[in-house]
Formats: sequence, C-alpha cells, structure tokens
Amino acid sequence: MTKRLADMKGGMRGTIVALEGGRGLQNHLRTRGLAEGKMAEVVASLPHGPMVVRVGATQVALGRGMAARVLVEVAE
Amino acid sequence: MKRVLLVGNPNVGKSVVFTRLTGAEVVSSNYPGTTVDYTSGRMLLGEERAEVVDVPGTYSLEPSNPAEAVAVEMLDQEATLVSVVDATNLERNLYLTLQLLERGGPLVVALNMWDEAHHLGIEIDPARLEALLGVPVVPTVALTGEGISELVKRVPQAPVPAAAPATRSEDDRWAEVGRIVREVQQVRHRHHTLWDRFQDATVKPLTGIPAALLILAGAFGVVRAIGEGLTRLVMDPLFELYRPLVMWLAKALGPGLVRDLVVGTVTHGKVDFLQAMGLLTTGLYAPFAVVLPYVVAFYLVLSLLEDTGYLPRLAALTDAVFHGLGMHGHAIVPVLLGFGCNVPGVLATRVLETRRQRFIAATLIAMAVPCLAQSVIVFGVLGRYGLRYVAIVYGTLALVYLSAGILLNRIVGGESPELFAEIPRYRKPAWRTTWRKTLLRTKSYVADAVPWMLGGVALVNVLYATGAMHWLARLAAPVVEGLWGLPGSAVVALLMGVMRKYVAVGMLLPLGMTPAQLTVAVTVLSVYLPCAATFAVLIKELGLRDTAKALALMVVVSVLVGGLLRVVLMGV
Repeated sequence: MTKRLADMKGGMRGTIVALEGGRGLQNHLRTRGLAEGKMAEVVASLPHGPMVVRVGATQVALGRGMAARVLVEVAE
Repeated sequence: MKRVLLVGNPNVGKSVVFTRLTGAEVVSSNYPGTTVDYTSGRMLLGEERAEVVDVPGTYSLEPSNPAEAVAVEMLDQEATLVSVVDATNLERNLYLTLQLLERGGPLVVALNMWDEAHHLGIEIDPARLEALLGVPVVPTVALTGEGISELVKRVPQAPVPAAAPATRSEDDRWAEVGRIVREVQQVRHRHHTLWDRFQDATVKPLTGIPAALLILAGAFGVVRAIGEGLTRLVMDPLFELYRPLVMWLAKALGPGLVRDLVVGTVTHGKVDFLQAMGLLTTGLYAPFAVVLPYVVAFYLVLSLLEDTGYLPRLAALTDAVFHGLGMHGHAIVPVLLGFGCNVPGVLATRVLETRRQRFIAATLIAMAVPCLAQSVIVFGVLGRYGLRYVAIVYGTLALVYLSAGILLNRIVGGESPELFAEIPRYRKPAWRTTWRKTLLRTKSYVADAVPWMLGGVALVNVLYATGAMHWLARLAAPVVEGLWGLPGSAVVALLMGVMRKYVAVGMLLPLGMTPAQLTVAVTVLSVYLPCAATFAVLIKELGLRDTAKALALMVVVSVLVGGLLRVVLMGV
C-alpha cells in the first residue's frame, strides 16, 4: 500500500517509491538521503510538529508539508 | 600561497579535520551548522606552507541558506579541495563530491568517520572508490587523528584534471552516485540495539518531552552550581588575598578623585569589591569573580549538549512552538547560544533559510534572550530576595519572546520554510575537546570583557565627577521615574548596558531600590537595547534598515513592559 510519509505513524516503515513537488524540493530531499528506493522508518511523528525519519544510517527531521511529498510503499 | 579548502556536507567533521591539520582551535560540535562563516589557518604541505580554510557545510552547490552561500562563494579554481565525506552517509556525500569534481580543479577525498561506518556494518572499498573517482581517497577518523598524516601526504598529489568533466544533470548525477555506491559499498544488516532504542526515545513525544525538560533543568542546575561554587570557593578567596593591596593603595592615595577612580567608594574604611566602582575593585571583580565563573560553567554545559548531538533532537521537539513564531525548530540553537552571548546567537541565525526567519530570530534574541551577563545581574541583584523575583523576570522575558514572535509572524512578509534537519547519532563527548572548546570561548569573553569593564567604570566615574549624571537622570526622568517608577540615577546602568551588559553589573545595587524596582530595572535592562557588540552584528546580518526596525521594536516593548510590570508590582 502506498502512503504519504506525512500520513505514516511512528514505527511504520517502507520503501520510498516517488518524490513529488518541484525539482528543487526533490533534489533537496535527495541530498538529505530521502531518495527513491531507500528504506524509510518513521522514528517519531511529533504532534503539530515534524516527522523524524530513519533512512540508511541517518535520521532526518522534516516538516509535514515536505513529508507529504514523499510517497512510501509501506511494508505489511 | 597554496590554498586548501575543506568542503563537505554539514556535520561531517570538517572543523575537526581543520583543527587536526592546523593545530588552530575552531569550535566544532555534533550538529549540522556549527560553522556559519569560514576560518582559515596555516599548515605545512611537505616543505611548503599552505593556507587551510574551514568552509561551512553544504549539501549541494545550490545554497539554501547564507551559511551554505558562504561555502559556495569560497570555491575557486586555484585551491585544492579536500572533500570531507561522512563514510556512514556515502550516497548523499558523494553527490556533492561529484558536483565538486565537475567544477574541475584538484581534489582529494577524506573518507571521515571511517570507524563509525565500520561499527554500523558499512564496509567501503577506498581503493575501488579512488579508481572510480580518479582522485585520491583517504579513510580518516578526524576525532582521533587516524589517517590525517596520510591525507597531508596526498593533498599535494591531487591530480589537476586536464579538462573538467562535463556537468551532469541532477538525474544523471544521482544515477552515477548510485552506480558508484553499488560498486564500493556493502552494508551488513544490523538489528536495532538497546542504544538505538534509547536514541529514538529522546525524539519520541511521550518520552522525549519529559527528557528534554529534565535535561534543560539539569543543565541549568549544573551551570548555577558550578558558577556559584567557583565564585565562592575560588574567586572570592583569591580576591580576599588581593584585598590588603587595595586597602593599602586606598590609604596611600587618600580621599579624592584619583582614589574614587582607582579604588572607588570607601565606606568606614571598607571596600565592597562589587559596588565600589573603582578600576581595581569593580573593574576587576565584576568580570573575573562575578561573571567569569558562570561563563566557564555555561560553556562547559553547552559544549556537552553540542558534542553529544542532543541539540537537533531538541530542535525537532520544539519545532511546533517555533513554527507559531514564524521560524522552525532549528531556531533553538541560536537561542541557546544567545543565553551565553547574543553575538554568536545572532550569527547562528544564518542556518535559517529565509530573511524573514532570520529577522525574527535575531530580533527576538537581542530583545528577550538574556545573555550570561544579564542572567548574572538577575541572579546577583534579585536572588537575595528569593526566587520569586527571578522567576518574574524570566517569565516576563519568555512572554515577550513569545508574544513578539507571534506579532512578527503576522506582520513580517516573506516565507518561512519548514524544518529539515539531520539528526546525528549520539556521540560520547571527548573531554579534551569539550574542555578546549570551553577554554576557547572563555578566552574570547575575557578579551572582550576586561577592556570594556575598565572603560565603563572609568566613564561612570567621569559622569559622576562632572555632574553629567544629574543632568542625564533629569533628562531620562519622564520614562525612568515617571513610567517605570525607578530612581533617576538608574539611567546610568541602562547607559552602561549599551556598551556591554556586564558593565551594568553592580551598578543597580548601590541605588537602594526595592525588590520590585529592581525587578523592573533588570527586565528593562534586558529588553530596551542590545549592547554595542550585538548591535554591530545585527547590522552585519540584517542590514541597517531591518536593524533600525528591530531597535524601534525593542524600545517600544521595553517602555510598555517596564510600565506594565511597574503597575503590576508597585501599583500606579
């Protein structure tokens, strides 16, 4: 099932399948490690705040607007 | 002279490599964006002297904030680049490396955090990477110094490419990164350890928020304990040893202007070091015995918070609050630095992406974040009447920060992008680096404080001796006396605070004010205007026009807040 990263709950994981938004934003996401084909795990989803996501050996905190542009194939 | 530029993503250890190469001290921490401006130093490359530059971190050559813009502007064709790469994040670090290679010019790759990559089950073949990139690749562990001498040996060997490779499109570059990573890197799967779970717990809302409150309260308690301890157990006894000399001098000089300037007020044959207002008494006691202990304590604790990697987690946890003020969570870092000194606080706002965010962040720091000197005044002046008054001052400042932030978020035009920050792994701080960083920051405090303090004390003496004081007090009376309910002579503390806030230490006490009056005075002293150093850095970062707007806001807010506090605490 494909979900937006912003809609995932803490502990959910899956593979990033697509990035939406302008080229600038897409590249911005990739330079921080959020690239297609990467496994992403939601470490924390802070109320009214950002999502903290683990990709590879790094973690990034990103706002919900940005997280909504990341499409993830969620592992069952 | 040959130039060597250290370039790379944020938080890959460029500043640590810099310190290793040059022996020069720069501040390094475990969070992205510690370095917001470049630092240069010297090193020996074989026989030849070379200039090394520590460049702020950037994710790509398309800068997204002023710190990254500094990095991109610094790149020039003649310099040799050392692309410092975080081996635990090869993929996104290689993207920048490829971009750098496409520019042409000599380049060497330092594959840093080599040990950590190994611990995380990441194996990289440096020889293969070297063959694929066509430039030297040296595995390094900058924290311990491993690989640094090899790096120095290979920098002069960096090949100058005959022609710069063609500039790729973003997609092609990512495809190339993918190809290289598949060939040189193997990742062993690894289960989450207890340590991983602990790391995660500090950003989860349910566990992270109580942990943050505990950590901040703990940090505050430790700063107070160390600061007070150093004052009482070290500095005060030292000044007692020095007292006979001062007393002898006071006697030798006899009453008069010279004694007032050098020793200050002598009452019943006794000298109060804090309040005497002489060059050799208050001029030395205030910076060394009163403020310095807190400077050491504060920077020690701040260094620990920085080096463990906790700050980015705090940024994620507080993001929602800062969002309501037109910024994002990363603004917590400049605020924390501002509690030490507003100058580095304002400089650190460079990690924020837009002008609007930086304007709000810098204005709020200058207005409502009390620097250490101010906090020492708050505790020194009000602590004796119980914590209630101290709490009123900090509570008022917090309210000013929040309400001015909400207001600015409404009226300042422009955009405020969301938080997008890397959260580094926790790292055990190395005592040696933590201590040296504390010392470095303490030294810069002493170098700044002593001349200003002596100059301030001299000026106060001149103001009193010439009678200018009375004239100033009368001039300021409508606001100072009429609105804030303070004695007119309190204007002298406000005047000195414009030079440096710590010059006002000890100036409020001799005026015989009530606790309520002191509370108003101390709060106003924080809000009304920044010190000259902060003023200069505001102009540098925001420009004249925006600085003028920020100052106007501060004056208005201080008049209002001082007046309101007066009504609440003393009646009309």
